[in-house]
Amino acid sequence: MDYLLTDEQKMIQELSHKIAEEKLRPVAAKYDQTEQFPWDVLKLIADADLFGLFIPEDYGGMGVSVFNLCLATEELSRACGGIAVCYAASALGTFPIILFGSEEQKKKYLPDLAKGAKLAAFALTEPEAGSDAGSIKTSARKEGNYYILNGTKHFITNGGEAEVYIVVAMTNKSKGARGASAFIVEKGSKGFSFGKKEDKLGIRASVTSELIFNECKVPAENLLSKEGMGFIVTMKTFDMSRPGVAAQALGIAQGALELAVKYARQRQQFAKSISSFQGIQWMLADMATEIEAARALVYASARMIDSGAKDVGRDSAMAKLFASDVAMKVTTDALQIFGGYGYMRDYPIEKYIRDAKITQIYEGTNQIQRNIIALALIKDLAK
Amino acid sequence: MNIIVCIKQVPETTEVRINPETNTLIRDGVKSIINPFDVYAIEEGVRLKEKFGGKTTVITMGPAQAETALREAISMGIDEGVLISDRAFAGSDTWATSYTLSCAIKKISKEMGGFDIILCGKQASDGDTAQVGPGISTHLDIPQVTYVKKIEEIKDNLARVQRLTEEGFDILEAPLPVLFTVVKEINLPRLPSLKGMMRAKQAKISHWTAKDIDADLHNIGLSGSPTNVIKIFTPPAREGGQMLVGDTAEVADKLVGLLKGEVS
Repeated sequence: MDYLLTDEQKMIQELSHKIAEEKLRPVAAKYDQTEQFPWDVLKLIADADLFGLFIPEDYGGMGVSVFNLCLATEELSRACGGIAVCYAASALGTFPIILFGSEEQKKKYLPDLAKGAKLAAFALTEPEAGSDAGSIKTSARKEGNYYILNGTKHFITNGGEAEVYIVVAMTNKSKGARGASAFIVEKGSKGFSFGKKEDKLGIRASVTSELIFNECKVPAENLLSKEGMGFIVTMKTFDMSRPGVAAQALGIAQGALELAVKYARQRQQFAKSISSFQGIQWMLADMATEIEAARALVYASARMIDSGAKDVGRDSAMAKLFASDVAMKVTTDALQIFGGYGYMRDYPIEKYIRDAKITQIYEGTNQIQRNIIALALIKDLAK
Repeated sequence: MNIIVCIKQVPETTEVRINPETNTLIRDGVKSIINPFDVYAIEEGVRLKEKFGGKTTVITMGPAQAETALREAISMGIDEGVLISDRAFAGSDTWATSYTLSCAIKKISKEMGGFDIILCGKQASDGDTAQVGPGISTHLDIPQVTYVKKIEEIKDNLARVQRLTEEGFDILEAPLPVLFTVVKEINLPRLPSLKGMMRAKQAKISHWTAKDIDADLHNIGLSGSPTNVIKIFTPPAREGGQMLVGDTAEVADKLVGLLKGEVS
């Protein structure tokens, strides 16, 4: 389908495609097995200026465009959903600074993030606070010109490898959700260490770690926005970042479909290529149709955000929900087409299922996405 | 340092098909790319500029569509592109091509106040002649080193390079200006960057005709080409080998028998 991309957008797509095919695909299995952080590949992505796609020009980027970020993430994810998320997670960690950062904070952090010289990460989730984000326990108490952070964050993408962390902590417990604040915490800060590195089902090229704050001193100027704005920062960030996760899911689905079509043509059974069987053809047709529907939704929501629309929560939630469910279904069907071979690690398709699964879970489970959508519907009626 | 990189646009395939009637390459439906060896020349040119400063110019002789190849080179960091294009160049062999390119280089040299290094890929993937680079240096009457795998040092107007040979490599020194043809061992070409691609899209590509480069019409195109193609054909496919089976002693016996011509 023609999405009427501009020349610049075609360029982003073409370059990301080239990087994905030449640099990601050949190493995808290696990083999946070794779980090493793919710094060498990220360096290439950085050299290609792709980290600049979500950062304003004034701070060394190419201008903030969720749509462009989606194009790049989709293409990279076609080849490796794991490496792609290292890239996209840096956007997640950067959005709070773009949306809520002071001029000084932007000047200090954005240029290095735009160059890809440093990665960012977003730290909200805690062992006891997943979907129920309001129950986070990490605390920040003010002492003079510092905030002192205590607590543990876990399941943090880019944890340990990123230099810049956005950490949400309670500055006033008695105020509940309105008592949370967001801080920029630099790697290497005293009292900030990394705990368990998770051993994951998929996206194994990316790193997911525990962050431990033990009387961690953070300068007061690293507070994002104002005290009590922590959850507003979080919600607005997720509204903007969800299409990126959706694009990751979309890319994984597209990559799986391409492998399935290729395999169906090669694989001979009953003295014919299995692509000649209607049973297989219909599966492929459904996969392609669902992917195209997901793409339309992802692109539309990303374009809406870039246009400056205010209430984008519902739409970005729909994109993330739909694209990730499509990714799970498409990758499952793609493996089915590979049959027994698909179940084996010698073939690349099983990785796509493992990589797809997380897109239904992170940045808000799909059940939470449905809550967001339903709440918007009910609110609209109440207006 | 003024660096000139010569490139060629070629069909993206290793299996070139030939029209048996016209003895020319069938280009229909085949995507065009920069000759893979020339990409190493582009990368080396950009690296030399990054190290020594100066200016890099990429040139190609070809039809209007070859402009795409020049823009791709610019997206990798080359400063300027020149397309040498004229109907009069059609049918050029390696002699006429290298003459034409040398005329263009003379023009660039005049405009820039000389040049220091010309870089070419060792050969083109379609013609495989490896003659154009050396031809250019001959027409310009400057030294050449072919199959360069490393530029070790450039100092006091002297370049020291490694030339790949079948046994290893030679170390050679040559005074500037000099022409190098490079092999793939010389570097790992970078991918284009987004900023580079945008610059390339907006870059103005100069188009030069035979007249612009002051080329002698007797030396260009089909009439200026001393090469006559009598016949081009696809070599017959090799016949399959013979697999000897059995234990080692048995196989050895069979092999000796075969070599002596006792059994077939």
